[in-house]
Amino acid sequence: MTTADLEKRLEYTPRTPYDGEREITSGYTSDLLSDVMARAEEDSVLITIQGHKNTIAVATLAGIAAIVLCSDRPVPDDMRAAAEDEEIAIFTTGKNQFQVSNEIGNLLGL
Amino acid sequence: MKSIPISPTDSPNVILEMIFRLKVKDVMTTEVVTARRNDSLHKIQTMLKDNGITGVPIAENKRLFGIVSVDDIFKAYENGTITEEAAKHMSKKLVVLEDDMPLSFAITYFDKYHFGRFPVLNRNRELVGIITIRDINVALILGINRELQKLEESIDTHPAAEQGTPKREFFVTKYDFENAGKASTEIKKLLKGCNLDSKTIRRCSIAAYELEMNLVVHSNSGKLSFSLENDIIEIIAMDTGPGIEDTEQALTEGYSTANEWIRSLGFGAGMGLNNVKRVSDDFFLYSKPGGGTTVRSIINIHPQGGCDDDG
Repeated sequence: MTTADLEKRLEYTPRTPYDGEREITSGYTSDLLSDVMARAEEDSVLITIQGHKNTIAVATLAGIAAIVLCSDRPVPDDMRAAAEDEEIAIFTTGKNQFQVSNEIGNLLGL
Repeated sequence: MKSIPISPTDSPNVILEMIFRLKVKDVMTTEVVTARRNDSLHKIQTMLKDNGITGVPIAENKRLFGIVSVDDIFKAYENGTITEEAAKHMSKKLVVLEDDMPLSFAITYFDKYHFGRFPVLNRNRELVGIITIRDINVALILGINRELQKLEESIDTHPAAEQGTPKREFFVTKYDFENAGKASTEIKKLLKGCNLDSKTIRRCSIAAYELEMNLVVHSNSGKLSFSLENDIIEIIAMDTGPGIEDTEQALTEGYSTANEWIRSLGFGAGMGLNNVKRVSDDFFLYSKPGGGTTVRSIINIHPQGGCDDDG
C-alpha cells in the first residue's frame, strides 16, 4: 500500500502535504516512544495518540513514513511544521488505535 | 506600579550574588536629563516627550532640588498651571539612592515606594545618575546572560570538529522537549552522509536518541558526543547529575523514575537504557547518586558476530 491509500481507501484526513507514492510495508501501534524507536520498522505507518513534536523526531529516526493520529487527537502547529520539514505524512481519524490497526492490517494483507 | 518579582532574600544564588555584587552606580543611567527650577512645566513636558522618559530631576550644578514626573504635568493641566515654573510644583519630598548601595537596595526601594525612578546621589550629595526599573531589568538580563554563557562554556558546547573524522558535541538541556531529538537527527544525517548501511545507522539513531532523551528527561542537562573513527562509532552521554541510585534497576526494562507528565508525552517507559544496550556492541554505564552519569555506547560498523536491533 501507499500513503495515498490512507486518505483514499481508509478516508483518514491528511494534515500535511504528502508524497502519495510512498510505499508503506508495515505498521506499528504504540504510544511509548522508546518502544516505537526500538521496534517500528522502516517505511512503516505509526498508529498512535502521541500528538506532539517529539513523535516526529522518533518517526524521522526510525524511518517511519506516515503517522496516523487516532481518536481525533489534535495536531499541534509545531508538530505539523516538523513533519513537513522531515517529509513525514500525518493523518488523523476519529477511530481508535485498535480499529485503525485492523484497517491498515487488512490493507497490508496481514 | 507592580513590584519587582525578585526577592533580595529568597532567590537563586546566582541572582542573589548578582544583586548584592552590582552597585547602583553599575546599573543607573549616568546621562541624566535635568531641568532648572525656573523652567516652565510646559518646557519640561517637551523634555519628557523628546527623551521618552517619565520624570525629570530638577537640579542645578549637580545639586538636586526636586523631581517633576508625568503625574505632575497631568496635575498642572488640570489646575491650569502648565506655564508656571518647576520650582513651584515639583515634588520636593524625595527618596534618593546612593551610588554605592548594592542593587538589592534599589529593588527594595522600588517595591517599597512604587516610584518609577530614583535619583542617585554620590557621597557628596551630588546628582550622578537616575535609576529606573528598566535599568535594573537590563542589568539582570545581561548578568543572567553572562552566567548562562559561563555555564555553557563549562560544559563545552563547541563542536569538536576535526578534519577527516566526524565528531560532534551537543549540549542537551533538561526538559527542553522543544529541541529534543535534534542532536540524534543530526547524527543520523551525518551517518547517512558517510554512506553507512541502514542497519548501522538505525542502531546509532536508537542509541543517540535514547541517550539524548535521557539527558532531557533525567539529567540536570548534559552533553551528547558522537565520533566515528576507524569504523567504530562512539556515542557518549555525560551529565553532572543527579546520578542514578541503582544502575542495575535502571537497566531493568519497565523500570522508570519519570514523572506523570513526562510519561504522558510517551517517554519514561523504562526502555531507554535497555534499548541503547541492545543496539550497542559495547556498553558502559557509570553513575553515582549525587554525582554525574556517563553512558558510553560503541557500535562497530562491521561487527564480528553481529548485533541485531530487532531484539
